[in-house]
Amino acid sequence: MDVLKKVPVREQDPKVRATNFEEVCLGYNKDEAMEEATRCIKCKNPKCVTGCPVSIDIPGFIKEVEEGNIEEASKVIAKYSALPAVCGRVCPQESQCEERCIRGIKGEPVSIGKLERFVADWSREHNIKPQPPETLNGKKVAVIGSGPAGLTCAGDLAKLGYDVTIFEALHEAGGVLVYGIPEFRLPKETVVKTEIDNVRELGVKIETNVVIGKSTTIDELLTEEGFDAVFVGSGAGLPKFMGIPGENANGVFSANEFLTRNNLMKAFDESYDSPIVSGKKVAVVGGGNVAMDAARTALRLGAEVHIVYRRSEAELPARVEEVHHAKEEGIIFNLLTNPEEILVDENGRVKGMVCVEMELGEPDASGRRRPVVKADSEFTLDVDTVIMSLGTSPNPLISSTTEGLEVNKWKCIVADEVNGKTTKEGVYAGGDAVTGAATVILAMGAGKAAAKGIDEYLSTK
Amino acid sequence: MYKILKKEVLANNIYLMDIEAKRVAKSCFPGQFIIVKIDEKGERIPLTICDYDREAGSVTIVFQAVGASTQRMAEYEVGDTFRDFVGPLGCKSELVDEPDEELKKKKILFVAGGVGTAPVYPQVKWMKEHGVDVDCIIGARNKELIILEEEMKKVAKNCYVATDDGSYGFKGNVNDKIKDLIHNEGKSYDLVIAIGPIIMMKFVSLLTKELGIKTIVSMNPIMVDGTGMCGACRLTVGDEVKFACVDGPEFDGHLVNFDESMKRQVMYRTEEGRAVLKLKEGDTHKNGGCGCGGDK
Repeated sequence: MDVLKKVPVREQDPKVRATNFEEVCLGYNKDEAMEEATRCIKCKNPKCVTGCPVSIDIPGFIKEVEEGNIEEASKVIAKYSALPAVCGRVCPQESQCEERCIRGIKGEPVSIGKLERFVADWSREHNIKPQPPETLNGKKVAVIGSGPAGLTCAGDLAKLGYDVTIFEALHEAGGVLVYGIPEFRLPKETVVKTEIDNVRELGVKIETNVVIGKSTTIDELLTEEGFDAVFVGSGAGLPKFMGIPGENANGVFSANEFLTRNNLMKAFDESYDSPIVSGKKVAVVGGGNVAMDAARTALRLGAEVHIVYRRSEAELPARVEEVHHAKEEGIIFNLLTNPEEILVDENGRVKGMVCVEMELGEPDASGRRRPVVKADSEFTLDVDTVIMSLGTSPNPLISSTTEGLEVNKWKCIVADEVNGKTTKEGVYAGGDAVTGAATVILAMGAGKAAAKGIDEYLSTK
Repeated sequence: MYKILKKEVLANNIYLMDIEAKRVAKSCFPGQFIIVKIDEKGERIPLTICDYDREAGSVTIVFQAVGASTQRMAEYEVGDTFRDFVGPLGCKSELVDEPDEELKKKKILFVAGGVGTAPVYPQVKWMKEHGVDVDCIIGARNKELIILEEEMKKVAKNCYVATDDGSYGFKGNVNDKIKDLIHNEGKSYDLVIAIGPIIMMKFVSLLTKELGIKTIVSMNPIMVDGTGMCGACRLTVGDEVKFACVDGPEFDGHLVNFDESMKRQVMYRTEEGRAVLKLKEGDTHKNGGCGCGGDK
């Protein structure tokens, strides 16, 4: 064994996986996990923990893995995280825990994410369930949104003895875990469903099909329904469009729509009723994780897929692993390229996309080099489907129907970073609803912080 | 799970159902809609709220069995349940927020086309409950497709029926009847609310623009979530792109780009056709024998 390198993880062959929706990464088995665990030097002052937004005792759980005590390892993780099988898969570890791993200075860091995932998967396969608290404290908390922030906040509060109800607008709980991130990165039936069931095991109730701001309001929850506090984890689900000509043509989708049809409504599966129009040549505009997910989904539906991104490869906001997987599967990258117009045929369908080439100019206020249009570089990309993946912003539905809840100019809810407190008494918020679109683990961190904030508020009230 | 409390056949292929949905019944208003999902594998279907009973906790929906999903829905009976039923969604009708005194000053005409009569009904009923007299035209291709005529007559001051083929009431389409009312019966209106097939709403809007009467239409584009997170239902109103599910579904008919919306409505036409065939013929519809590409 080369101690400078990670124990390699088994993956589906790129040619095979490009035609199915099965999970790409197969994960470690117990032997591989125990071997990888030996690479951790169990630092006295572990830097990896400071890189984790929910501060998991990483050397603690890895020590248990190394000794083969997987159930013990799962208990260590459960103290900090309610969704380890999700985080082990979708966290950008390279810029969090693993970035700070001492092993990473000379060689590759310890594969913390894959170890966390192994522990969570093993626990699921061995039916290890979390334990609900023995007594309840008689106080009720409403959690709005069942994404990573809401699930974490609800799980933490339930462990503290609160009577928690999650309200979810869609027909399934999970937020972006069910509608956004595809099967091939995050299996729904096994992984996501089990983690949500584990939150229910803690005593959390989940009411689906409730749109806060329409079906009922935060004020009604606090006054009529007897909740003592509310956590808003409603995310940032409002898609952005470019505002270019032709954008309302048939065949132009937001990544949210395209992914929701596939992941939540399972349009790729013939036995489900929701349809999807999967073109033969697809352009995905954008360079984030959502763009990679949409591109790889379109590829699996049988299309030739182009990622169209206005900056260069170095600036791609997507995880390195995802870009790597996308390339392996045959996604074509049109970098330093920006769309100007979508061409539409007489039936209102997309028949091409006019683009220009870009070059990187001077750094702007944010420090990123601003892309500028190259003169006379206009060309037409031959595509029949365009998926806009330009980011999302918070839906104004909740803020506009809640008296006294302040939002900033991006419609993000104003909340204290340390305890999630908003400008309205008894109302806390976290995750993308506060920060704008970010990561699963940051949302979980915010859900944790708010659970602590709510507990402090209700303990002293 | 949401229980079916009542089921009625209003006309050939047009069904009315009362669904038990307490939260929706408590907070809904005329102009809003719901989304229903039949079962695990079903799609999300948007339907306008046609009536509600806050005490009983029920919401009335009316649908035409036009595609695979609505045909499947039509097979459900009283006592059966739908897996999901979410709402109220969209904005309530602007008229609901207007003071009764202001409403009473207005001469309002509702124009209902076919199954669109169902979403018009709660609005006219609301007017009646607030002491506002309004006129209503119900239009359909023929007599068999007229629904809710008796109910409408109880709440509208004047209710006119028009059929394209003259099999019942006035012979002609709703536009012919609007012209008849204005030119032959000496009527005048300050506001028209037109709800029905998009082509009807387009032509009513063209006519009322000529006549200088403000017109509200209720758009029914393709939807997925119905909460503003995907933009499947986007349309152009004036110079702006709007999401019908959160900004509407009601818009100023003189500003809507109907031609674009009509093209967007048929985006899944082939898929829908295949789904209907699959439902009717089951496994026999395979291998593209009919040249459509089979079940692919």
